[in-house]
Amino acid sequence: MKIFGRLSLLALALVLGALFLAGCSKESDTIKIGFDIPLTGDIPKVGEASKFAAEMLKEDINSKGGLEVGGKKYKLQFIYQDNESKADSAVNAALKLIEQDGVVAIVGPNSSKQAVPAGGICNERETPMISPWSTNPDTTKGRPWVFRAAFLDPFQGPVAVNFSAKQFGAKTAAVIFDIANDYSKGLADIFKAEWEKKMGAGSVVAFESHGTKDQDFSAQLTKILGAKPDFIFIPDNYNQVALIVKQAHDLGWKGPFMGSDAWGSAELMTLCGKDCVGQFFSTHYAAAGAQGDTKVFIDRYNQKYGYIPDDVAALTWDATRIVLQGIQDAGKVVADVKAERKLIRDAMANIKEFKGITGSMKFDAEGDPIKCAVVVRISEDGQFVFAESVCP
Amino acid sequence: MQRYALNILLPAAAAFIVVLSQMGALDLYVQSVIMFMAINVIMSASLNLVNGNMGEFSCGHGGFMCVGAYVGSLLSMLLFTNSKLFGAALLPGYSALVLFPLVLLGAGAAAALVGVIVAVPSFKTRGDYLAIITLAVNYMVISAIQNLDVIGGPRGLTGMRPTMSAMEDVVNLPWMMIWVLIGAFGSVALIRRYISSTYGKGVNAVCQDEIAAEIMSVDTNRIKLVTFMVSSGLAGVAGALYAHVVGYVNPGSFDILKSTEAMVMVYLGGMGSLSGSVLSAVLFTLLLEALRPLQIYKWVLVPLILILLMQFRPEGIMGNKELPDMFPRLRKYFTFK
Amino acid sequence: MEFVFQNILNALQWGSFYALIALGYTLVYGVLLLINFAHGDIFMVGAYIAYFVATLFLATVGLSPSATLTLAVPLTMILTACVGVTLERVAYRPLRRKGAHRLYVVITALMCGLILENGNLALLGASRKNFPELLEKTVYNFMGLSVTNLKVVVIFTAIAVFLLLQFIVTRTKIGMAMRGIAWDKFAIPLMGIPVDTIIVFTFVLGSGMAGLAGLLFAMSYPVLEPYMGALIGWKAFIAAVVGGIGDIRGAFVGGFLLAFLEIGVAAVFPSTLRDLIAFTVLLLIMWRKPTGIFGVAKHQKI
Repeated sequence: MKIFGRLSLLALALVLGALFLAGCSKESDTIKIGFDIPLTGDIPKVGEASKFAAEMLKEDINSKGGLEVGGKKYKLQFIYQDNESKADSAVNAALKLIEQDGVVAIVGPNSSKQAVPAGGICNERETPMISPWSTNPDTTKGRPWVFRAAFLDPFQGPVAVNFSAKQFGAKTAAVIFDIANDYSKGLADIFKAEWEKKMGAGSVVAFESHGTKDQDFSAQLTKILGAKPDFIFIPDNYNQVALIVKQAHDLGWKGPFMGSDAWGSAELMTLCGKDCVGQFFSTHYAAAGAQGDTKVFIDRYNQKYGYIPDDVAALTWDATRIVLQGIQDAGKVVADVKAERKLIRDAMANIKEFKGITGSMKFDAEGDPIKCAVVVRISEDGQFVFAESVCP
Repeated sequence: MQRYALNILLPAAAAFIVVLSQMGALDLYVQSVIMFMAINVIMSASLNLVNGNMGEFSCGHGGFMCVGAYVGSLLSMLLFTNSKLFGAALLPGYSALVLFPLVLLGAGAAAALVGVIVAVPSFKTRGDYLAIITLAVNYMVISAIQNLDVIGGPRGLTGMRPTMSAMEDVVNLPWMMIWVLIGAFGSVALIRRYISSTYGKGVNAVCQDEIAAEIMSVDTNRIKLVTFMVSSGLAGVAGALYAHVVGYVNPGSFDILKSTEAMVMVYLGGMGSLSGSVLSAVLFTLLLEALRPLQIYKWVLVPLILILLMQFRPEGIMGNKELPDMFPRLRKYFTFK
Repeated sequence: MEFVFQNILNALQWGSFYALIALGYTLVYGVLLLINFAHGDIFMVGAYIAYFVATLFLATVGLSPSATLTLAVPLTMILTACVGVTLERVAYRPLRRKGAHRLYVVITALMCGLILENGNLALLGASRKNFPELLEKTVYNFMGLSVTNLKVVVIFTAIAVFLLLQFIVTRTKIGMAMRGIAWDKFAIPLMGIPVDTIIVFTFVLGSGMAGLAGLLFAMSYPVLEPYMGALIGWKAFIAAVVGGIGDIRGAFVGGFLLAFLEIGVAAVFPSTLRDLIAFTVLLLIMWRKPTGIFGVAKHQKI
C-alpha cells in the first residue's frame, strides 16, 4: 500500500512533467498572436476586457476568411496566457508564448509592473510586443521591439492640470492616490509637480495615499477636507473611485472631482451611481457621442458582452490591430518564426500614422504613441460625454 | 564512495542542465521555469528551517526576499553596470564572473539583518504571536520600499540584468542558470550541514521542548537568532537571484501572496523535512506552470489538489522524514547525517 | 478639534469591521487552536450572499428596502453559517480526525480561502457588484462632524455582537463547553459533551457573524469583488492576535486598536507611511506584551 502511494506520487510528477513539456502542434496557414493578460489576480476585469476585445477582433477577421497578407488569407489564432497580475508569472507567460507557442507577436501585459519585465524579455528574445495600457516610460525605453498604444503619464498629467484650472477656476488642489499602484503614484507625482509649477509652491494642499485593497478612506478624506482644496484629483482605479467619491460626500464634501483614464470603465457608473454625475476625467476616448469606427466598436461590444467597453478593451483592440497592420505591411508571411517577427517589428516601427478607435496615433522613436487625450464629463444618465480634446 | 553517489549525481544533473541550456536543447521557457523552481527551492528550504525544524510559524518570508532582491539589485547595479542611479560601474564587467557571489552575499546579509527584527521578539514569544510579528515585518518592508522614491518606490527598479550580459560577453555561458543552480545547491547544502551539525541539533531541541533544551545547556536565544538569520538570509539570496532572473523588482511582488506560496510549499513537503521541501518546491512550480492553460480555473484546481493531498497525506508529502527514511535502499548512496 | 472627533468616528466604524471579523477568528481559535485563514473569504461570501438576497427581494419579489433589510440580516447570517459549517465538515474535520498537526489544518484553511475567492471569480466573472442601497442614507451634521446613520448602526452592531458573544462564551453552558475543548480536548468527551456539535456551533457563530459583517460592509462600502476579503481578513487576524487570540475581549479591543492605529497614523503622519508606522507600533506592542493584550501566557510544565 505504501509502495502504491509512492508510485502514484512518481506518476503525478511524470504526468506533470509531460504536460509541461508538451508543445503545440504547428499549422501552416495560421498566424499566432500571444496575449499576456491578467485573467486572475488583482485586476481580472482588465484581463477579461482585453480577452473579449481580442476575441471579437479574431471572429471578425476569421469570419471573412482570415487576414489577407500579400494576396493570401491567413487564419488568426490568439493564445491567451494568464499572468495572474504578477511580475514573475508575466515573464514566464511571455517566455512560454515566445518559446513554446511560437507566436509572432505579443499583446500585453497591461499593467506596468508586468509590462516592464515582460518587455525586457521580449526585447531580448526579439519578439515584437505591444502593451495596450502600460503608462510607465520604462516599458519601452531603449527597447526597439516594444511598443504601446496608450499615452504616457507625463502627457496626461498636464492635461488634467490645465483642464481643471480652467474648468473649476481652481487655485488649490488635493490629491488622493494608491501608493502601491505605480500608475496611480506616477500620475499623482506628475500632477503635483505640474500644478505647483503653475500655481506656486504649496498649492497642492493635501497629498494623501492609500493601499491597493483598502476600502476605507475616511482618514485621508478627513485630512483633505480639512485642507479645503478647490477640487480633488483622484488618479485611481474606478472601483476605488466609487468608494472615495461616496465617502467624500458622506463626510460633507460638495466640491468637484477630477479623474484620470483609469476611471473610464462602464462599471464606474454601476458602482458609483449618482455620486459621480457631473465629474470630469481625462481618458483615451469618449464613448458617448462617438462616431465612425469607434461607435461601431462600442455598439458591437455592448451587444455581444452586455456592457459599454472600457478603455482597456478599446486599447487592446487598437494594439492588436497595430500588430495586424504590421503583419500586413510586411507584405509576406514567412514560415520561419524568427524572420517573421523581425518583419513584423520593422513594419510596426514604420507605421507612420494609425487610425485607431482611440484616436489616430503616430509613433515616436521609443515606440510610444503621440495621440490626443479627451476630457469627458459624466452626464446625468451615466454617459461619458465629450468635454474637451487636448493634443500634444 | 558509493555513499556519496547522490552528492555527485545531483551536481552532475545540474551541470547537465547547464550543458543542455548552452546547447539550446532546453528552450528559454523551460530554462526560466527551472530557474524559478530553483529559487522556490531556496525559499521553501529556508522557510522550512524556521517553520519545520524550529517549529515556529513564520508567515512573512516574502519580506526578507524583498530586502534581498532590492539590495542584490542595487549592489549589482553599483558594482557592475552603468546605471542612472549610481553612474558608471565601479568594477569592470568581467570581474562579475568572480565577484557576483558578493552581490548574493550582500543581499543575504541585508536580509539576515532584517531577520533580527523577527528573531529578537522570538526570545519571548512564539507560535501565533510570532506569526503576526513576521507578517508585520513583511508589511513594513514593503511599505518602507514604497516610500523610497530614490530606488523607484512603487514603480520598481530595473537595470540589474546587464550584469548577466556582462558575464555572457566575457564567457558565453548561461550564467543566470549557473548562478541560480549554485545558489540553490549552496543553500540546500548549507541548511543540511547546519541542521545536522551538533550546534544545529539545538534547532530541533528548541522545537521539541524549549525548557528541556535550556536545561541541556542549549543557548535557545542564540539558536533562534542564528536560525532566523540563516533562514532570512537565504531568502534574501533567493530574492537577489529572482531580481536578476526577472530583471525587474517592485515591492508589490513580495506581498503576503509570496509568503503564502513559500508556506504552502513547506507544509506540502512536510514540516521539518528538507528533502520534502525541495521536492514540494519542484512539484509546486511544475504544477503551477502545467496548469497555466486552465486560466481562471487554475487557481480553483491548485488549492483543490492541495486540499485533497492534505486529506490523504495529512503530514505532507514526506512527513517529517527525509528521503533515505522513505526509501531505505537509498541509504547506500546517500548519507544524511 | 473637529478633526480629531471626526477621525475617532471614522476609526470606530472601521474598527467595527475589524472587530466583527476578528471575533470569528478568535471564536474558532479559542476552541480548536485553528487559525481559520478562510475566514476573510467567508466574510466575502457573506457579502455576496447578502447581495444576492437583497437583489432577489428588491428586484424580483419587489419588497421595500427596509423589509428587504430585515429579511436579509437573518438569511445572510444563516447561509453564511452554512458555508462555514460546510468547510468545517469537508475540509477541517477529516484532518482533525486523522490527528494532523494543526498547521496543516491552517494551510488547508488557506487553500479553502483561495478556492472561495477564485471559484467566485470563475463563477460570477470579473465584474464587480454594486450593492443596492437598503438603508436610506442620512447624513447628520453637528458641530462640524458628519455621521451617516449607517455608521451609527455599524458601530452599535459591533458592540452588540461583542456583548452577545461574550455572554455566550462566559455565561452559558455551551460557552463553558467551548472553553473546555480548548483546555483539554481529551477529557471533554468523557464529560459527555458532544465535541463535534460544539465545534459546529462555534463555526455557526463565527461564520454567522462574518455574514453579518459582510452585509454591513457591503452596505457601507458597496463595491463587491472576489478578493475583498483577503486583505481585511489578514488584518483582522493581526487584530485578533494583538488583542490576545482566543479571547473575545481581545478580538474586540484588537480590532479597534488596529483601526485607531491605521486611521490615527494616516491622519497625523503623511499617509504614505501608514503601514510602516502602524505596524511598527504593533511590533512594539507585541514586544511589550508577548501574548497580546488579553492573552495569557501558557506555562510549560517541566
